Amino acid sequence: MTQYQRSGSAPAGARMARQMECLWPRVESLLSQVTKPARYIGGELGAQAPEHRPDAVSWLLIYPDTYEIGLPNQGLQILYEILNERPDAVAERAYAPWVDMEAAMRAAGLPLFSLENHLPARAFDVLAFNLSAELVYTNVLNLIDLSEVPVHRSARAPGDPIVVAGGHCAFNPEPLADFVDCFVLGDGEEAVSEINEVLAGVKARAPNGDDQTGALASRETLMRALSQVPGVYVPWCYEPSYQPRGERRHAPHEERPAVARLAATTPRFPETPERVEKRTIADLGEWPYPRQQLVPLIEVVHDRLNVELFRGCTRGCRFCQAGMITRPVRERPADQVRTMVREGLARTGYDEVALTSLSSADYSGIEDTVTSIIDDPSCSGQVSVSLPSLRVDAFTVGTAAQIQRVRRTGLTFAPEGGTWRMRQVINKLIREEDLYAAVDAAFSQGWRRVKLYFLIGLPTETDEDTLGIVELAKQCVAIGRRYHKGVTVTASVGGFVPKVQTPFQWFGQNTIEELNRKVHLIRDAARPVRGLTIRWHDPKATAAEGIVSRGDRRMGAVIEQVWRRGGTFQEWTEHFDLELWTDALADQGMSLEDAVYRHRSEHEALPWDHLSAGLHRDFLWQDWVDALAQHGLEDCRWTPCYDCGACTGFGIEHVVASAVPPAGGSQGTGQDLSTGGQVPVRFLPTVPSGAVSASGSNQGAAVRVGVGRS
Amino acid sequence: MRIRLRFTKLGKIRFTSQRDVARMWERALRRAELPLAYTAGFSPRPQLSFGLALPTGCESLAEYLDVVLDDHRPETAAVEVSALPARLTDLLPEGIDVEEVAPVDRRADSLQQQVTSCSWTMRVSGVTRHQLEEQVASLLAAPTVPIVRERKGREELDDLRPSVLALAVSDDPAPGSDHVGPARPSSVGVVAELATQPRGVRPVELVRGLVAVSGPSPEGTSVGMTLDSGNNVGTPVLDRACRTQQWIERDGARQEPLQRRGHLAGADRATHALERAS
Repeated sequence: MTQYQRSGSAPAGARMARQMECLWPRVESLLSQVTKPARYIGGELGAQAPEHRPDAVSWLLIYPDTYEIGLPNQGLQILYEILNERPDAVAERAYAPWVDMEAAMRAAGLPLFSLENHLPARAFDVLAFNLSAELVYTNVLNLIDLSEVPVHRSARAPGDPIVVAGGHCAFNPEPLADFVDCFVLGDGEEAVSEINEVLAGVKARAPNGDDQTGALASRETLMRALSQVPGVYVPWCYEPSYQPRGERRHAPHEERPAVARLAATTPRFPETPERVEKRTIADLGEWPYPRQQLVPLIEVVHDRLNVELFRGCTRGCRFCQAGMITRPVRERPADQVRTMVREGLARTGYDEVALTSLSSADYSGIEDTVTSIIDDPSCSGQVSVSLPSLRVDAFTVGTAAQIQRVRRTGLTFAPEGGTWRMRQVINKLIREEDLYAAVDAAFSQGWRRVKLYFLIGLPTETDEDTLGIVELAKQCVAIGRRYHKGVTVTASVGGFVPKVQTPFQWFGQNTIEELNRKVHLIRDAARPVRGLTIRWHDPKATAAEGIVSRGDRRMGAVIEQVWRRGGTFQEWTEHFDLELWTDALADQGMSLEDAVYRHRSEHEALPWDHLSAGLHRDFLWQDWVDALAQHGLEDCRWTPCYDCGACTGFGIEHVVASAVPPAGGSQGTGQDLSTGGQVPVRFLPTVPSGAVSASGSNQGAAVRVGVGRS
Repeated sequence: MRIRLRFTKLGKIRFTSQRDVARMWERALRRAELPLAYTAGFSPRPQLSFGLALPTGCESLAEYLDVVLDDHRPETAAVEVSALPARLTDLLPEGIDVEEVAPVDRRADSLQQQVTSCSWTMRVSGVTRHQLEEQVASLLAAPTVPIVRERKGREELDDLRPSVLALAVSDDPAPGSDHVGPARPSSVGVVAELATQPRGVRPVELVRGLVAVSGPSPEGTSVGMTLDSGNNVGTPVLDRACRTQQWIERDGARQEPLQRRGHLAGADRATHALERAS
């Protein structure tokens, strides 16, 4: 049995020298009782075997969903490598044990453990969670509890680990503010190291810690130190205040609210920043991670090599939180993409690579990149390429022909709205012709099945818009029939959940009844259409997501109650239970009506006003007003700046290899975007790929123009 | 060219399924840049054929894989077969060691068709050595041993007895037993030879058979259940199981699809220690 004995003290200076005892024999004895036991053994290709040292900060990176969902997460893998490359850090991983394993673990008194060394979670300095969906929040609480760490941050003792969270949902951290010590907003590549430096500094200075009071004070000192790291939000350093319930300051026409409205969230200490700004890495080329992508022993989702083409998206779809919070666009140099693909395939043995981003077909020279991967002799002609997110207006016959050469992977397009009017409101400016051309390209190249994604419950939506979904899908089936009799089109319909830091953050979500009504409209209209399948997301789950999505700090009590009553794995249909959520809301004096369905007014204090994704609040409000006026906005990558704030605020800019939009990228505006070169940019001499990353830091505010043009 | 590989599955990796192992092999073979033959069609796959599936959780010293190399590619003739075990072992997860490799006749029957029985070593707890010896004797003496088996999602009653070719309590250090631990201190060793035609018998099913012959009611007993069932007779629970050999019949003699060089003596000794029961 391996034993890790740490002689140093805990980061906050506690006396406790944590025994790092390998739990494997105890884990092993449970595995014959559980499903998919290989979830708990580790040993993947790319897994590290870090050696714990007293002077190194130890991180347990936790994905709060099952192994199969969590393992492929690229964000977690990137941080895992960055931390393990540091001499003063070690990182291991954990995922949420499935319900059968959790029951076995609790019965045996076995805590959450890491997969590398099978160490107890409590033995780590940091428990770091990835928040990629709202419904996993109850799992976060459960995993903290399973780690034998107090769920409430206020109850944590000096020797307890620091609980950190990051990921897209961290942009509205308030519902988890009572449970998480600090959040990281935006890109984690740099922030994780800066946090590590703070913790390593505290560790080095930590007294032997006989004095508990001193130790407690030092945990507070630590929190205040962490709040000074740019992009790090420490909830303890901020205090929300609420308006008296009778007051009608902002909305005189409104009735007295059932729940006191938030007045403001303000810093408690003089040095605490009033507003926490997200972190943005300027040059993706400097971060060619993951270098050693994990290859799981069991089948997981997205089980393939993943290479990130670019980060950020400026198409400006108003419902899309990812597009709003990850601006500006930062492309990875094409040569680096090719290198990462070639080396990644050789190292992993995968025969499929996904070129990931928020809209992969927008990558400068995407066709050339795909072709060069498929034609690479080292791939022996057996490697397939998939582009997980395709905009229809950038998907051409050429791209279709390339990606189907080896193996046809699924093709999914996301028109999102059923009518042009609807798509103007949400600023997904793709014309019907664009969609039909893309679908035609796909079917003509031999695809038999196409999937379409739509949202219902969007602002200003009418039944005509809803039924437009069926019309579009019907036309797609008809196009497919020209090429093959047996084509199928699947339309997936999801209920819209307004997200923070988007123009729709003020919108009152559709009720469950309204979403159900729309689902039925669609199903009825689609029934006679042969070859068309409708799938829909449960409107009840949509409502639960809405509860958490824009909740304030008081929502923590609701999440806690749902968890305490057994509501884990709420992302999973078989475990989701809306009643747990509505009961908890009622017990806290809240309601779906107020928390989810209510439109917010322009001057209402929002629980995330003290946090920033770079986007100015007035830009978002103007975009919301434009949306209601059905006014679309072009992509600022190829047109002049709207001053949303994402670039100017940080002194960075889009990094694209081509200032010309991809074929068909007119965004339906009819505007000739081939004049993209007239955008005021500074052209840089083309540099060889090796020099790109080295020169990345002094590029200033220029668009980098490279060789790749499609 | 068709080549046959013999490999182990020991330690933590035993918790992966047969399907998982197949995918590990696909990736390892691609990393080794072997000139694999692919199936035709929209979704070409390398032509691999595994022998009898090993139940998830069981270890093995005798797994086999047949790989077809593309004879139209010039690299195929240059493949250095004897170097493959070391080269592939490096590319496979810990616990999967490639021990033998040899070219086989392309037209030969598949492993699944050829293999007629498998030898196993097991550790069983929940019973004393004496109790287990009695249960083994009862099973061997019984004309039929009806057990509930799952087949295509349905439970059906099946006679285990014809499939038990040999069975004995044995604490002999059989091959692989060093990998079968760490067993519960109280566990007892069993060696068995189980038929694979028409259907393979799994170690858990054998233990179910021991339960069936020892108690009045086979209902409600399952392998892996907790030890303290309050059963005085002693309900055996399977702790660990390791497949030590797969057997094929050739010219009336029983032999392994590929001999494990250097391990021959040990393997023979253990096999002959088995009490032939049929």
